[in-house]
Amino acid sequence: MALTLALILRRLGAAVLTLLLVSLVVFTISSLLPGDAAQETLGQSATPEAVAALREQLGLNQPAPERYVRWLGGLVTGDPGRSMANDLPVRELIGARLPKSLLLAGLTAAVSVPLALAIGILSAMFRGSLLDRALNVATLSMVAVPEFLVATIAVLIFAVKLRWLPSLTLIPEEATLGEMLRAYALPVMTLCFVIVAQMARMTRAAVIDQMSQPYVEMAVLKGVNPVRVALTHALPNAVGPIVNAVALSLSYLLGGAIIVETIFNYPGVASLMVDAVTSRDMPLLQACAMVFCSAYLLLVLIADVIAILANPRLRR
Amino acid sequence: MRDPAALDVLTRRGLIGAAGGALILPEPAFAQPRRGGRIRVATTSSSTADTLDPAKGALNTDYVRHYMLYSGLTQFDARLTPRLALAESFETRDRIRWRIRLKKGVPFHDGRTLTAADVVFSLMRHKDPRVASKMKTVASQFAEARAIGTDEVELRLTSPNVDLPTILATSHFLIIRDGTTDFRTAVGTGPYRLKVFKPGVRTIVTRNPNYWKPGRPYLDEIELIGIPDEVSRVNALLSGDVQLINAVNPRSTKRIRASARHAILETKAGLFTDLVVRQDRAPTGHPDFTMAMKLLMDRELIRRALFRGYATIANDQPIAPTHPYYLPGLPQRGYDPDRARFLLKRAGLLGVRLPVYASPAAEGSVDMASILQEAASKIGLRLAVNRVPADGYWSTHWMKHPLTFGNTNPRPTADLVFSLFFKSDADWNESGWKNSRFDQLLLAARSEADEARRRQLYGDMQVLVHEKGGVAIPVFISSLDAYDQRLKGFGSIPIGGLMGYAFAEHVWLEG
Repeated sequence: MALTLALILRRLGAAVLTLLLVSLVVFTISSLLPGDAAQETLGQSATPEAVAALREQLGLNQPAPERYVRWLGGLVTGDPGRSMANDLPVRELIGARLPKSLLLAGLTAAVSVPLALAIGILSAMFRGSLLDRALNVATLSMVAVPEFLVATIAVLIFAVKLRWLPSLTLIPEEATLGEMLRAYALPVMTLCFVIVAQMARMTRAAVIDQMSQPYVEMAVLKGVNPVRVALTHALPNAVGPIVNAVALSLSYLLGGAIIVETIFNYPGVASLMVDAVTSRDMPLLQACAMVFCSAYLLLVLIADVIAILANPRLRR
Repeated sequence: MRDPAALDVLTRRGLIGAAGGALILPEPAFAQPRRGGRIRVATTSSSTADTLDPAKGALNTDYVRHYMLYSGLTQFDARLTPRLALAESFETRDRIRWRIRLKKGVPFHDGRTLTAADVVFSLMRHKDPRVASKMKTVASQFAEARAIGTDEVELRLTSPNVDLPTILATSHFLIIRDGTTDFRTAVGTGPYRLKVFKPGVRTIVTRNPNYWKPGRPYLDEIELIGIPDEVSRVNALLSGDVQLINAVNPRSTKRIRASARHAILETKAGLFTDLVVRQDRAPTGHPDFTMAMKLLMDRELIRRALFRGYATIANDQPIAPTHPYYLPGLPQRGYDPDRARFLLKRAGLLGVRLPVYASPAAEGSVDMASILQEAASKIGLRLAVNRVPADGYWSTHWMKHPLTFGNTNPRPTADLVFSLFFKSDADWNESGWKNSRFDQLLLAARSEADEARRRQLYGDMQVLVHEKGGVAIPVFISSLDAYDQRLKGFGSIPIGGLMGYAFAEHVWLEG
C-alpha cells in the first residue's frame, strides 16, 4: 500500500511538471496565431490607434515572457485572471461551464461504460459466433460514422420529424428529471456512439486474452459454467487494459465533445475553449488547456491505480 | 423613398419628426397585437465575447440584445428614415450645432429618469480609446456635447452632417446611464429588462412594464441564444425549440417552405461581398486590370448559383436599390470576357499570375473566387484561389494582398458607406483608391441642405465608384430570416435581418 501511495505521489509530481510544460507549449503556440485579443475584439474596425489603446488596456503591450510569468503567478495563487473578451473572471466562466461538461460526461459514462463492457464480454464469450460478428460490425460502424452526422440525423428523426426530443440541450434553471433526461438523450446517445466501440473492443481483446490462459482452460475443464468463467475468472485479470481503455475514452468527453456541444448548443468547456481561441483570449485559453490536461492526467492516474490494485503482481 | 414629410420639415425649420415620433411599421392593419407569451430566438453567433455594452456590439446577437435593453435618440422605420425615439426634437440651422430635446420622464429600468447627462455620456464615451468603441471613427465628428438643463443636449460637430439623426439610430449609439463602466448588467430605457445574461450561453429579458411607448412591448419574455451551425439552427426552428432565426442559407429555404408552420422573410438590404483590387500597386492598380476584373464577374451566375436568387444584381457601387439615395438608370455592367481580354491585352497583363484570397469570413467569397477563376482562365488570365480560414482573416489578409475579398454590412446612410470604405483617407478604403473629386463630393453632400442637390451629389459619387473605383461588387446579398407563423408583426427594416435587429418591440405571439 505504501508503494502505491509513493507511486501516486510520484505521478502527481510528474503531473505538475506536465501541466507546466503544457501551459508553456499552449502559450507559445497560441502566440503564433495571427492577430491578438485587441485585433479580434475590434474586428474589422481595428484601426492602428484603436488596437494600440486596447492592447495597452489589456496588458498585451508587455513582452510575452513577462505576461506568461504573471499568468503563472496568478494561477499558483489561485487566480487565473480575467477574460480579455468580456472582462469576467476566468474562474467564473469556467465555473459556470465545467459542471455542465462534467454532467454530460458523467451521464455518457454511466450509459456507455456498462454498455461497452457488456458488448465486450458478450462477444468474448461467444467469440467467432454470429452474435460476436454482429456486435463487431455494429460497434465498428458506430465509430466509423462521424459524430456530426450521427447527431444531425438523430435530430432530424427524433426532433424535427417525430418531435419526441428537443433539438437543443437547453436546461432551464428549474428542470424536472424528465425534462433533463429528454434534453440529454440525444447528446448522450451521440457521444456513446463515439466512445463505446473503443472500450468494447479493448474489453473483448483483454477478456479473450485471458480466456486462452491455462487457468481458464482448467476452470472450463472443471465444469465451471461459462458465465462464471468469464466474469469471475477472466474479467478480474483483464481489468488493467480495460480501465486504461475506459480512461482514454472518457478523457475524450471533456474536450472532444465540441461537436456535440455545437450541434446541441450545449454550454460546455469545449466550446468555451474554442471561443477563447477565436477571440485570442489567452487567460481563458490557458485555463481551459489546464483543465483538460488535468482531467486527462487524473483519469490516467485513476486507471493506473485501479490496475495496480486489481493485479497483485503489480502491487509489489 | 425617403419620407418627404420628415425631410420637408428638416429643411424649412430645422426640425425632424413632424409626426411626433409616430412610427410607420410594416404591420398588417387587420391584426390586433396581443400581449403575453414567450419566444426563443436563435442567431448566428454567441460567444464569450457577447457584450451588454452597445459601443462594443460586434455581431447580430449583440445588436439584437442591445435593441431589447436600450433605446436610442432616434430609430429606423421600414424605409430607413430616422424617427424620433428618446429625442423629442432635433434642431439645427447650420448642421454643425444640433439642439436635441429629450422626451420628459422616460424611466430607466431602475426607476431613475433619463437626463441630458446620460445622453452626453453615451455619445462622448465613443471617443475614449479605452472604451474600444466600434464607432470611434464615426464619433470623432462629435466635437463637443453639453447638457442644457436636464432634458436638452447641445451637440457640436466638427463639420456639417445632415445625417446625424440617422447615425444616432444605430445600435452603438443607444443611450446608457451616465457613468456606466460595468457592463455585467444592463440598465437602459429599452422595451425589455435584463433577467439573465450569460456570455456565450443565453440572454433572457422580460417585458419592461414602464416602457416609454405605451402598450409596448407585447411579449412577456424573450430568450436569445446563438446557434452558429446553420443546419442546427434550422432544425431548432423546425422542431419548435425556437421561434425565430436569422441568416438562413438559401439552400435551406426549401426545407422551411415545406413546413406548414413556418415562413421565410427576405430582406433586401445593402450587404455585399466585394472583390478588392488594390489600386496602390502593380499590376492590379492598372485601370484596365481593375475594369477587367469587374467585367469578369458573372453576376447572374453568382446570384443564381450561390444565392439561389436571394440576391440583387449590383453594379460595382455600394448603394443598394433599397436605399433612398440609389441612383437609378446607371447602365448595368455585365459579364463581358471579350472586353476583359481586350483590356488585359492592351495593358500587357494577360500573362500575369495572381493569387486571390478568399475566406468563409467574407460570405460567399470562396465560391465567387472560383467563378472568377474559371472566367479568367477562359481568357488566359491565371488566378490562383487561396482559401484561408475565417479566423484572423480581417487582420491578416483583408486589403493586404493585391486581390482579396471584403464584406460590408448595410449602413444606414450613403455617407457612412462612402466615408468608411471609399474616402481616400478612410481606414477601410479597401482598395486604396484615391480620388480627390470623390472626396470633395462627399464633403459637399454632408453639408448640403437642399435635398435634390444632395441626391445629385450622391448620384455622382455612385457613377464615380462604378466607373473608377477599385472594388467589384457583383450582388447585394439578401438576408433571410425564418420564423414560426404564430409570430406576428414581423417585417423588414433593411439595415439587416431580424427587423434591423430591433424586432423585439414590434412582434407578438398569436394566441
